[in-house]
Amino acid sequence: MEIIKEVNAYTPVIPKKKYSPVKEFFKNWKKQKTAFWASIFILLLIIIAIIGPYIAPYDPYEPDYNSTLQGPSKEHWAGTDEYGRDIFSRLLVGSRISLGVSFLAVFLGAAGGILLGLISGYFGGWLDRIIMRGSDVMFAFPDLLLAIAIVAILGPGLTNVVIAVSIFSIPSFARLVRGSTLEGKETVFVEAAKSMGASHRRIMFKHIFPETLGSLIVFITMRIGTAILAASSLSFLGLGASPETPDWGAMLSIGRDYLGTASHVVMMPGLAIFLTVLAFNLVGDGLRDVLDPKTKNE
Amino acid sequence: MEKLLQVNQLETQFTKDKEKLKILRGVSFHINKGEVLGLVGESGCGKSLTSLSIMKLFKGTSGEIAGGRIVFKGEDLTHRSEREMRKIRGKQMAMIFQEPMTSLNPVMKIGEQLLEPIRLHLDLNEKQAKEHVIYILKKVGIPRAEEIIYEFPHQLSGGMRQRIMIAMAMSCNPQLLIADEPTTALDVTIQAQILELMKQLQKEEGMSVLLITHDLGVVAEMCDRVAVMYAGRVVEEANVFDLFESPKHPYTKGLIGSVPKIGQRKDKLTSIKGNVPDPSNMPKGCKFAPRCNDAKAICFEEEPNATDLGNGRMCSCWMFEEGRENVYA
Amino acid sequence: MPETLLKINGLKKSFTLQGGMFAKKRSLKAVHEVSFSIDEGTTYSLVGESGCGKSTTGRLISRLLTPSHGEIWIDGEEVSQKKESQLKSIRKKVQMIFQDPYASLNPRMKVREIIAEPLVIHTKLSKLERNRLVNEILEVVGLTEHHADRYAHEFSGGQRQRIGIARALIMKPKLIIADEPVSALDVSIQSQILNLLKDLQTEFNLTYLFISHDLSVVEHISDSIGVMYLGTIVESGPKDVIFSNPQHPYTKALLSSVPVPDPRLRRERIVLQGDLPSPVNPPSGCRFHTRCPACMDICRTVEPEMKKVLADDHFAACHLVN
Repeated sequence: MEIIKEVNAYTPVIPKKKYSPVKEFFKNWKKQKTAFWASIFILLLIIIAIIGPYIAPYDPYEPDYNSTLQGPSKEHWAGTDEYGRDIFSRLLVGSRISLGVSFLAVFLGAAGGILLGLISGYFGGWLDRIIMRGSDVMFAFPDLLLAIAIVAILGPGLTNVVIAVSIFSIPSFARLVRGSTLEGKETVFVEAAKSMGASHRRIMFKHIFPETLGSLIVFITMRIGTAILAASSLSFLGLGASPETPDWGAMLSIGRDYLGTASHVVMMPGLAIFLTVLAFNLVGDGLRDVLDPKTKNE
Repeated sequence: MEKLLQVNQLETQFTKDKEKLKILRGVSFHINKGEVLGLVGESGCGKSLTSLSIMKLFKGTSGEIAGGRIVFKGEDLTHRSEREMRKIRGKQMAMIFQEPMTSLNPVMKIGEQLLEPIRLHLDLNEKQAKEHVIYILKKVGIPRAEEIIYEFPHQLSGGMRQRIMIAMAMSCNPQLLIADEPTTALDVTIQAQILELMKQLQKEEGMSVLLITHDLGVVAEMCDRVAVMYAGRVVEEANVFDLFESPKHPYTKGLIGSVPKIGQRKDKLTSIKGNVPDPSNMPKGCKFAPRCNDAKAICFEEEPNATDLGNGRMCSCWMFEEGRENVYA
Repeated sequence: MPETLLKINGLKKSFTLQGGMFAKKRSLKAVHEVSFSIDEGTTYSLVGESGCGKSTTGRLISRLLTPSHGEIWIDGEEVSQKKESQLKSIRKKVQMIFQDPYASLNPRMKVREIIAEPLVIHTKLSKLERNRLVNEILEVVGLTEHHADRYAHEFSGGQRQRIGIARALIMKPKLIIADEPVSALDVSIQSQILNLLKDLQTEFNLTYLFISHDLSVVEHISDSIGVMYLGTIVESGPKDVIFSNPQHPYTKALLSSVPVPDPRLRRERIVLQGDLPSPVNPPSGCRFHTRCPACMDICRTVEPEMKKVLADDHFAACHLVN
C-alpha cells in the first residue's frame, strides 16, 4: 500500500509519560493533607468493622453487674455501661453495624438514584417530569421525618432502617445524576456515538455515566456521613436496632438516662459518631477538589 | 524610518508548581511608525503572550517578564509599575482581542463602556465626551450610533461587537494598536468588513498596528512587514512581499506551502511533519529541527541566532549563520 | 457514469424555540430548502457562514436529526423518516468526523476503545480480531499501535483528528460526513489532515460530504460545491465553475472576502454590508436581498428558484440569472 508509506513519512510523536488516571488520582490525593488523614481514619474504621469482634477485649453482650457505669480505666478503656458491659468492645463490634447499615443504605439509594437520574436526564419528556416531580415531593419532607415515617410503616428493625435511609437518599442521587446526564448528553462524543448507531443503553452507561462518576463518588462519601447520623438517630429513637445491640445510636439512647452521673456512656458513642461523620465529610471535601474540579474554587 | 516599538530578547515565564516555564525565549522585533506588522505563528508559539507582555497584562496569572527589553517611543517600559502602565494602556497603546464578547462587560451599556477610557485619558467634559463617543462609533461604521450607546453588548452581532472594541481601542488616538486575532471569531464576509475598516482607520490616523494572527491570508492582505514566530521566538522577519515571494526559514516555507490558495490547483499541499513542541519538553538545539526536512547535525545541538540578510530581513536558521560552510555544506 | 451515492431532495428542518412562559412559540427554519446529490467517490462541499444551516444539513443526513420534510436517499435507500432501529445499515455506511477533536473523543476511553467502538456496536468480532483491525487502521491514518493504549487527551489536535478519522474508517463506510474537520487545527497540521483525507479517498473510494466555512480548504478538497445562505443552497455546481464563474452575488462576495495569502494580489473586494439576518425571522423574497449589492424590486417579494446556468450541473437561485 503506497499510501501507508506516504502517510508514515512523518514521525508520530508519542507522549513520553504514560498517563494513568489511577496514578494521577493518588498523586493529587496526597496533596490533600486533611482529607488524606481522614481517609486513613476511615480505612482503619473499615478494618475495625471487619475484625472488630475478634479483637474486642470483652464480650459486648455479657453483663457484669460488679462493674456497672464505671468511668474509663486501664481495664475498660471507654468505661462500662449500666450492665457493666465494656463500652470499648461494644464500640468496636458496633462499628460493623453502624458502617454496614449506612454503606448498604447509601449504595442502595445511589443505585436507585443513578438509574432514575440517567433515565430522567437522558430520555427527558414525560418520564423526566414524573421522576422529577416524584423526587420533589420527597424533597418536601425533612430527611429524618421521611425516614421515621417509612420505619413507622414498615416497623422497627435494622433492615427497615436500611430501607428507609436508602429511600430518602434516592431523590438527591437522582437529581445529581440527572444534572450531569443533561450535561453529558450534549457532548460531541455522545453525538459521535449516536452517529455510529450506539444503543441508548450503551450511550447511557459507557459514555454518560462515567462522566458523572467524579461528582457521584464525592456525593456518596458525603452521604455516608449523613446516613450514619440518620441510622443512629433512628436507633436513638428506638426505631432501629434493639437496645441490647451494640449499635452506636442505640448506645446513645441507653446512656441518655445517665447523662448526669456517668456521661462517658453517652460521650463515647457520641464521639465515635462525630469522628466518623467528620472523617467522611472531610474525605468528601478532598475528593471534590481532586475529582470534581468544576466546583473547585481556585 | 523611526521605530515606535522595539522588543529586544524578550523573555516571559510562568511559574507552576514551583517550576518555571519559559514561553517566550528571546523575542525580538520592532515596529516602525505608521506601519502594520504582522506577528504570525501557530497556536502555542507565544504570539499572544508577546502582546500581553508588551502591555504587561499578567493580572491573575503567574506570568512575568524574565529578561529583555521593551522600548516604546524611546522609553524603556520593561520595569514600569502597574500604575505607570495604566497611563500608557488605552491612551498610547490599545488592544483588540479575538472574542469581543469576553472583553466587553455584559451588564454595562455600550456608551458607558466607551466613556471609560475617554474619561480616564482625555480631558473632556461630560457633553464633549459623549459627542466623542458618538463620533468614534460613526467612524467605525456603526449605524444608529446615538441609539446603540444605550444598548447592551449581547444585543449586538459579533461583527458589531468587534467594531465596538475597535472604537474603544481607537477612542484615545493610540499610536500603537495591538490586534490579537481580531477577525478569527468572525465569518468571512464580516471579517472582510472589519479588515477593510482597520485598514482605512490605520491610514487615516497613521498609527502603527501589531496584528497578531495565524491566518496568512490576513497577513498578506493587511501587513507591511511580518515577523514569524515559532516556539517562543521570532524565526524570520521580512517585508511582506519578500516573505511571500521567497521565504527563507524552512518553517515559513512550510507554513506558506500548507495553506491552500484559491485559484492555485495543487494535488497535494506541502505539509510540515510532526507537531508543535510542548514548551515543557522542548527539543535541544533549533526548536524546529525535528520537523525540518533540511536539518543537519548542528541543528539538533545548538540554537541558531538571528542573521541579518540585508534589506531588513532577519532569519534564525543555521543555513544563514556565518561559518555555515562548515556545518551546512 | 459514476453512481449517485447520496441524493437529497427538498430537505427542510425547523426547530421550535421555546420563549418564556407567555412568549409565543417561534420556529427557526435552520434548513429551508436543500437539494443536491453526490456521486460515489467524489467530494461535495457545503460552504457558508455560521448559521447558514450547513451543519444541520450534515446532521440530518447522518440522521442525528429527523428532517421536517424532504427525502434522503443513501445508496438507494430512503432514510429520511426511518426510526433508529431501522437505521442499522445506514449507521455502518455513513460515518462522521467532527470539528472539535478535543470534544468528539470520550476522554475516559483509550484510543483503542474509541476506534473499536463501531465494531463493538455493529459486529460480533472477538477482542483479538478487533485489536487487529484497530492496529491496521491506525497505520492507515499515520499512527502506530503504540498510540492505542493511551487516552485521547494525551495527543495533540492533529493526532486526535487522526484518531477521529480512524474511528470513522473502521467500518469501511461509503459516505463520510466531515463537519469542519480541519477548522480547529493549526495551518501546518491542517494540511496534513487534508492530504490524509485525499489519500484515503483514493485508497478506499470514499465519498465525502465536506462541511466548511473556509473557501480555500473547500476549493482544495472538493469536486462539487454548494453555497448555503440562511438555510438554502443559493448556488451549486462543479468546483471549477463555482470558483471561476460564480453567478450568485453572495458567492461572488464570499469569494472576494477570502483573504488571499499573496500580497501582490491585494484587490478591491466586494464588501457586503450589514450582518446575517436571523433565521428566526428571515427576509421575505430572496433571503439575500438585504445585503445584496444588486438587489432589485422583484428580489424583495419573490423567492428565486434554482435555475440552470450555462454549464451542466451549475445552478443558481438568483433573479439575475438568465
